[in-house]
Amino acid sequence: MVQLNTKIGSLELKNPVMTASGTFGYGTEYADFMDISRLGAIIVKGTTLNPRQGNPYPRMAETPSGMLNAVGLQNKGVDHFVDHIYPEVRKIQTNIIVNVSGSCIDDYVQTACIINTLDDIPAIELNISCPNVKQGGMAFGVNPDSAAQVVEAVRKAYDKTLIVKLSPNVTDITEIARAVEGAGADSVSLINTMLGMAIDAERRKPILSTITGGMSGPAVKPVALRMVWQTAKAVKIPVIGLGGICSATDAVEFLLAGASAVQIGTANFIDPSISGKVIDGIEEYLERHNFTSVQEIIGALE
Amino acid sequence: MKKYQLDLEVEDNRMVGPGVTLLTLRNDKGLPDMVGGQFAEIQVPSARVLLRRPVSIHSIDKEKSTVEFLIQVVGEGTASLAALKAGDTVNVVLPLGNGFSYRSTHVARPLLIGGGVGVAPLLFLGQELAAHAIRPVFLFGGRNEELILRKEEFMKYGSLFMTTEDGSAGEKGFVTDHSLLFDSESFDSIYACGPTPMLKAVAHWAREHETACEVSLEHRMACGIGACLCCVEDTADSGNVCVCKEGPVFNIDRLKWFN
Repeated sequence: MVQLNTKIGSLELKNPVMTASGTFGYGTEYADFMDISRLGAIIVKGTTLNPRQGNPYPRMAETPSGMLNAVGLQNKGVDHFVDHIYPEVRKIQTNIIVNVSGSCIDDYVQTACIINTLDDIPAIELNISCPNVKQGGMAFGVNPDSAAQVVEAVRKAYDKTLIVKLSPNVTDITEIARAVEGAGADSVSLINTMLGMAIDAERRKPILSTITGGMSGPAVKPVALRMVWQTAKAVKIPVIGLGGICSATDAVEFLLAGASAVQIGTANFIDPSISGKVIDGIEEYLERHNFTSVQEIIGALE
Repeated sequence: MKKYQLDLEVEDNRMVGPGVTLLTLRNDKGLPDMVGGQFAEIQVPSARVLLRRPVSIHSIDKEKSTVEFLIQVVGEGTASLAALKAGDTVNVVLPLGNGFSYRSTHVARPLLIGGGVGVAPLLFLGQELAAHAIRPVFLFGGRNEELILRKEEFMKYGSLFMTTEDGSAGEKGFVTDHSLLFDSESFDSIYACGPTPMLKAVAHWAREHETACEVSLEHRMACGIGACLCCVEDTADSGNVCVCKEGPVFNIDRLKWFN
């Protein structure tokens, strides 16, 4: 029997498999397909201080081995989360982590303060990397100073595990990772989506209403893997790896590159029971290679 | 309604119109309950194509445990589905979304309007209505006769009228030009599926003649279960809602089509 448990700061996970924000709803959407309490953590949809309608349709374009989205953080706001969603998701027997986004530093701080009062939310993932909103979002995450500013402000207001989700749309992601580590982040998760674009040649128009959008899926995996490897060497806090993970082998690659945990994103759309299969597959890999704990393969690239 | 992820066996897959294939899948262990207007997300057997394809449930046969899908080949994904052979296995998530709501509305004289491959869910709905001893009227439109699909099959459950743009079958023009609609009292409810301009024309006719009307929308989708928020339609009551979860069938009163 191998040990699958891992830690992100003080947050204990029963296994290293989480589901990525925006790809797994509030978890309950997937309950018909798998036992969602088996997951190490569920990161719920990006939540903002005030309700957001998101971007106009069309918000999605399929690309070879990938997809672009331009949802734009549609959500009903943090108060709706507290009143209507939290009472349901707190019953799920795993870590429920809220992804927090905002247009200005004060939005992030106020939202984090409200989430801080919820006993059964042990962590937040600070989204400073959404490419689909006009204000805030990725703008904070592409500059080390602004990234540090927002993390420092939230750190003062939030006393549980603080994960910061990083953008790949930068020249040197380790510079941003070091900045948010210095500002008090407990962990970094990467990568958010890569800025991309799709055109309908017949109509001579962009496919997305916002023209550009965030690219995800297996096509981005090599970039994500490289950035996780670089970042894990550059910071002391745990790294959570995501970007195109579709199988247990993909997940193991991220662990070998130095990730302490992984997130499954776009693959949830292709196979709604994939995250359970990834947990099983990691266990099978560890047994096959005679490891006793998942800790033995974290950063174990030879 | 509980959703399932099933490996189904291809029983038959054959062309039934220009670029349109009829895919029949079977599950020996029986099929889940589903209703007309719901859809399935079918995994595409191609390495390059990532996302499942959302496809309306065309008809079911509970005794044979088969479910049929009418699929128009428009790109790489649907071409891969059209290439499936009898005996192949395909992974399907179903049933998804909400169907047409004829049960609650005391329907006596329904009109089922379809365009192109949009006729697909209307066969399942027609079968359900027939099982309740309601004989629907089908009104289908297309550019020409060849593009009006599965006529004989529909005529088993109701009467079929057609419009074609070139006049090769039925009346020449669009569905909303058909003489059936000259007497607005003929029908107490309309159910429509097809291209958006057709649905909008039908919705305006229904609104003008105070006839209850539901339309089935087709938007670009990823997850099919309300998680990714990609397939939204802007509604009068709730803003952007997922077509996959709150639709694909909408009462026209919810839509912002009448400004």
